[in-house]
Amino acid sequence: MTPWDPSQPILEIENLSISFFTRLREIPAVMDFSCNVMPGEAMGLVGESGCGKSTVALAVMRDLGRTGRITAGRIRFKGRDLVAMTDDELRHIRGSEIAMIYQEPMASLNPAMKVGAQLAEVPMIHEGIPRRAAWARARQIVADVRLPDPDRILQAYPHQLSGGQQQRIVIAMALMSKPALLILDEPTTALDVTVEAGIVDLVKALGAKYGTSMLFISHNLGLVLDVCDRITVMYSGEAVETGAVADVFDRMRHPYTQALFRSIPLPGADKTTRPLVAIPGNFPLPHERPPGCNFGPRCDYFVKGRCDAADVPMVPVPGDVRHETRCIRSAEIDWAAPPKAAKQAERTPVGDVVLRMEDLRKYYAVTKGLFGTGPTRVVKANETLSFEAREGETLAIVGESGCGKSTFAKVLMGLETATAGRILLYNQDIQDTPIEKRDTDTVSSVQMVFQNPFDTLNPSMTVGRQIIRALEIFGEGRSDADREARMLELLDLVKLPREFAGRMPRQLSGGQKQRVGIARAFAGGAKVVVADEPVSALDVSVQAAVTDLLMEIQRKNRTTLLFISHDLSIVRYLSDRVMVMYLGHVVELGTTDQVFSPPYHPYTEALLSAVPIADRKVQKKRIVLDGDIPSAMNPPPGCPFQTRCRWKSEVPGGLCDREVPPARTLAAGHQIKCHLPDAVLARMEPVIRIAAE
Amino acid sequence: MEPLTWTGSLGPVLNPAVATAAALAVLIWLARGVLGLIRAPVPAGVGTVTPAGLPATAALRFAGLATVALALAYPLSGFVLPAPEAGILGAMGRQFWPVWLALALTFAVSIRWKRRLALYGKLFDSPIGMVGYAIVMFWVFTALFADLIVTQDPLTQVSGMKNALPGTPVRGAEGAYYLLGGDNLARDVFSRMVMGARRVLAIAPAATAFAFMVGITLGLPAGYFGRRLDTGLSFLANLVLAFPVILLFYLLVTPEIRATGIPVALAAVLFLFPVVFLTILWNSRFFIDPRRRNLYVGITLALGLWAYSGLAFNADPLGVWSMEPNLLNVFVSVVFVNAPTVFRIVRGITLDLKSRDYVAAAQTRGEGPWYIMLWEILPNARGPLIVDFCLRIGYTTILLGTLGFFGLGVSPESPDWGSTINDGRRLLALYPHPAVVPALALMSLVLGLNLLADGLREESLRD
Amino acid sequence: MIGFVLRRTGVIALTALCLTFIVFVLTNLQPNLEKLARTEASSRMSEAEVAAWIERNGYARPMPVRYGEWLGVVPGWTRAEGGTVTGRCTGRAPAPAEAPRFCGLLQGDWGYSTVFKLPVAAVVSRSLGHTGWLMLWVVIVMIPTSLVLGVLAGMREGSPTDRTLSTVAIVTTATPEYVSGVILIVLFASATSGLSPLLAEWGWISGRTLFNGTATAAMEGITFWNFALPVLTIALYGTGYIARMTRASMTEVMTAQYIRTARLKGVSFPQVVMRHALRNALIAPFTVIMLQFPWLLNGVVIVETLFNYKGFGWTLVQAAGNNDIELLLACSVVAVVVVLATQLISDIGYVLLNPRIRLA
Repeated sequence: MTPWDPSQPILEIENLSISFFTRLREIPAVMDFSCNVMPGEAMGLVGESGCGKSTVALAVMRDLGRTGRITAGRIRFKGRDLVAMTDDELRHIRGSEIAMIYQEPMASLNPAMKVGAQLAEVPMIHEGIPRRAAWARARQIVADVRLPDPDRILQAYPHQLSGGQQQRIVIAMALMSKPALLILDEPTTALDVTVEAGIVDLVKALGAKYGTSMLFISHNLGLVLDVCDRITVMYSGEAVETGAVADVFDRMRHPYTQALFRSIPLPGADKTTRPLVAIPGNFPLPHERPPGCNFGPRCDYFVKGRCDAADVPMVPVPGDVRHETRCIRSAEIDWAAPPKAAKQAERTPVGDVVLRMEDLRKYYAVTKGLFGTGPTRVVKANETLSFEAREGETLAIVGESGCGKSTFAKVLMGLETATAGRILLYNQDIQDTPIEKRDTDTVSSVQMVFQNPFDTLNPSMTVGRQIIRALEIFGEGRSDADREARMLELLDLVKLPREFAGRMPRQLSGGQKQRVGIARAFAGGAKVVVADEPVSALDVSVQAAVTDLLMEIQRKNRTTLLFISHDLSIVRYLSDRVMVMYLGHVVELGTTDQVFSPPYHPYTEALLSAVPIADRKVQKKRIVLDGDIPSAMNPPPGCPFQTRCRWKSEVPGGLCDREVPPARTLAAGHQIKCHLPDAVLARMEPVIRIAAE
Repeated sequence: MEPLTWTGSLGPVLNPAVATAAALAVLIWLARGVLGLIRAPVPAGVGTVTPAGLPATAALRFAGLATVALALAYPLSGFVLPAPEAGILGAMGRQFWPVWLALALTFAVSIRWKRRLALYGKLFDSPIGMVGYAIVMFWVFTALFADLIVTQDPLTQVSGMKNALPGTPVRGAEGAYYLLGGDNLARDVFSRMVMGARRVLAIAPAATAFAFMVGITLGLPAGYFGRRLDTGLSFLANLVLAFPVILLFYLLVTPEIRATGIPVALAAVLFLFPVVFLTILWNSRFFIDPRRRNLYVGITLALGLWAYSGLAFNADPLGVWSMEPNLLNVFVSVVFVNAPTVFRIVRGITLDLKSRDYVAAAQTRGEGPWYIMLWEILPNARGPLIVDFCLRIGYTTILLGTLGFFGLGVSPESPDWGSTINDGRRLLALYPHPAVVPALALMSLVLGLNLLADGLREESLRD
Repeated sequence: MIGFVLRRTGVIALTALCLTFIVFVLTNLQPNLEKLARTEASSRMSEAEVAAWIERNGYARPMPVRYGEWLGVVPGWTRAEGGTVTGRCTGRAPAPAEAPRFCGLLQGDWGYSTVFKLPVAAVVSRSLGHTGWLMLWVVIVMIPTSLVLGVLAGMREGSPTDRTLSTVAIVTTATPEYVSGVILIVLFASATSGLSPLLAEWGWISGRTLFNGTATAAMEGITFWNFALPVLTIALYGTGYIARMTRASMTEVMTAQYIRTARLKGVSFPQVVMRHALRNALIAPFTVIMLQFPWLLNGVVIVETLFNYKGFGWTLVQAAGNNDIELLLACSVVAVVVVLATQLISDIGYVLLNPRIRLA
């Protein structure tokens, strides 16, 4: 065997095609995919769900399951063809030369084995070193991934660790044998933003430290910008554009890449003046791909007869190094042209107060211990929530897991009753009225759009039937025919074809289901709509469309929108006012401009810094929070944020440890809950700066 | 008249052929199973070969098909050859003609339109499911057409036919045979088996359906509301489940107990559930449209209470609905034993489904709890419930057999399979056929139901 | 953990009380008592005489009181009539005056069997001894076989091994004991059919049948030939059932992400199965095995009846068939206690096996 020349690519994928074979047909998942990863390089693989990016990763690991087959092409690792390797040879490479990090840290650790044993296993298999030495190495790597108290962690079972810690263990496991190539499959998708920032930092640092090459798979362009040197964009099973990150971000040469960038809310986008441009149409199903260019039917530059004539090959972009695109018109298109002016809208004037919260509290009594024998504790899910929302206004509620935003929604909807405080809807107290006691009017005027599109519709009822049921229960329409007609109008409102009325939810895509969910929420002419992360589970290109739809309906109906999200980019894009929550407390409340510029609450500052932004012009101050979000069952004393706050030392006398800070007003309508003196707050610098063009 | 042989005149030719093919199939089957353990599977992930193309599998398929095709010649010969030539198998094959016809029709129609038939249609993609379905439908049609199939009256005793061997000609009747011999009371085993199918298939699915009604009506609220209600109902369910089944039968299915009225009381409770279930079902959905609600609920109550009065209290004024006390006793006990398990399954699924967003959506638009349980949760629980329904019919069949085996609750004349096995086992070592025939029948029905459930489960999990 | 065990034990004790009470009520129904009166005294008694007999023997009092007496928490009844004192506990001592106040289950007084004319405790303990051997062998045969079959089938879902083993498992679960017992006897223990006539003809066996068709002889001494069929009959059904559960659990575990992690760490397939999959896969079947005991009890009753083996199941059938109230009650108590004990073990075992719960 010839030794591998380190100046050659460490991973070469040539014309790889992968298909899955079902009983009925062959489903091509990846077609003609090529890419190279050089030693020490980080390659980002970007695309929407179903584009085949994870399949490529699994093919590199040669782990496609029983139905998946590599039908053509070669994957060379250090010059050796992985496709031709026997199981034995593969086993020697897996874990020692190529390691993989997965999306769900909890699921990828064995629940019945101690963390240490799972880590030590790797060098014991590949290097045959004794158990003792392997555990010693495990201890060292656990310290390397910046986990506190490594000895305790090694003796723990996975479920005793938090999500962030688990992901660090998975990373440690991948690094145990110092692999040459690391494959990361959406490693931070399941984590909170502030935790994600820590993991990303770690991955970057370790990659540099060990000189590991990386194949980084993500749907998030911002993350790829943070981590990678090069990027490959995939669409519907094909690589459509590949090149250095700087080239692709600044001089994209494929319409899909361009459309993708135009559909994500970057700083500067605004719902009225610079709205997002959604990609029209839907992602094609694997067996319904169009002839010629897969992106053709959704492309602005589509030319009939050329784009759909024959399969499109990858062509190099003139002038750039290793920058290729799969577009036959790449040389003809004027890439610098601004997007076709999307319809601009009037900023809606804000009306009267519709909803007012006064010192709302919600406590739960929880029995600790699985066997129900422990002492009863009180979980303070919401602490003194006060705000008001006006007609036609969008109020964003921002926070990570455990911040109490879902509890608040439940109380507002009447699924739970408040422990203390008041909720006034049109000056009517509703905090103590559970939903079954509310009158139809109140119920239909406060409605909700849910997060998970795959869960929001009843899978065994037709779309039309579900909307009609909402109409029936809200007492809309006099007869069945009335309601039928009204249902069709609602479908028009959310821009779905009328024939969808007879479809089952499983025949709809995620975005379409979410639209049905919106139609259902507006069936009774809702005045206040709580949208609980309505687009976070959708693909980037669909997000823009659904967001726009929501905004449009809001403008038309002058609805008050409570937009719950953890994604500050989208919040900045669409909201009028923002409320930041942490462990049940409102830590900051103000207009969008107030919240997004200094002075910040320290948590807001960290949150802003943690959100990846897919724009090379944006310079961010890097603030990485230590540790994880404390459990709501066991919050820290004093200020809820004090365990992770980087400004804590600026407050004299350990006040943060003892007292919950009072809400103080900084400017008109801008309040924060923080002990920091005004002088310190005034010193704060903006986290995000947009470099001059 | 000569007694019939098993295979008739085809035997000398066909027997060796069938035996060879079958032996080959079994050999390859076992070898493949054992080899699969030692040898690693096909290197995964490369090439276009699908596992179905493996030589062992192809050989197995061939040998298996050959066995089936050759073996089919025995029953089919009955249509061509006269009785003595066709043998016992041939003669039985001919007796079952309505069943073959109905089976062929069912399968032809179902396979033709399988893509339009949802889960039922998908069944025809799974070989295991199809075999199971075929066996089940064989017995269903046997039960339906039992009157056409039997050769003798199942209760008549013919002198001289006591413990007669299979194929013995009936004394004094030209061209008539005891195809599967006679039992110790000189009755025809074949006809009793056929009539037994009717008996079993009349009780088992109905009892299972009642158990499901009870289990669903109690399991949904237990899972949905939780707390005290759940604790209480779960305790009751566990109470029944902790009873060894056989003990419960000995206590509940005795002639003495009827005098105390306990079975009627139980029936009064258990039989009420379907009526309650349907009434709530209609009311929860149509309460916003009182006219339609009144119609549906009215019809349900009228029909339901009519049947209820007849079945539970034998007090149907028109005399259409009735159940003999023996049967009621058996029926009630079987429902009573099965309901808690169904309850637990439904409760578990409800606990899982109630956290879905569509349930939350229904709650936030102010739906009542029963609408959510019956119209939002239950339809989405149907997959596992259908699978369990098939399995549970099999289990109920076994329970009914157990009752018969201990001579409990059923009349001594009854041709049901459990009692027949019980009758036959006394002389088992000398005359095996009276017990073996119903034993095999019962086993094949339960096997068919298990295979059907397996096929359904596999298909409902797929994509 | 200790709190959990105590709570479970409490619930189980409550369950046991409820169950025994129900059994007590069902066995002491008026028709049963009348039947008892006729069999014990005279079958030609008039209605009035029967009522008097029931009254005289303390059966006419309220059900809860009698349940308490039987349990041993309520003093036994006494009755002075014509100078002689009779009572529930008088037979236990030479003179009525010395008789204990309580005589019930808790005092170890289980009553007297009317069928066997022996104290119930003696009958039950003797029969439990016989059944103990049967169960021991069933467990020895059934559990290792089913677990091995289940794991082998489940480790590669859809493989030929899986298909073969799953088919076998489905067939055995479709065969209740009274069917498999009949078939086994016909095949191996009938002088006129099955294997035995052939073997006898060839001179391979000296007796007329290969195995014994009854297990009566096994009560004196267990041999392979008299015990294999009953053991096999019970084990067959359970084996298939547990193997299917193990397989289901194993296939689920084998598709779990952490198994993929292990595979992609470079762990070899046997090691993946042994180190990573097995422990997780055996948690569910453990519960199933334990909850299988009530059904095994069913099998025991059927098999002991079929093979005429005078163990616990056979005794239960005799007691129930002959209206032997005290014996039936005792059998029920034993059965209920066994079932509940296995439930407790299954609960505790589940917690111990599962670190996720143990260390929560």
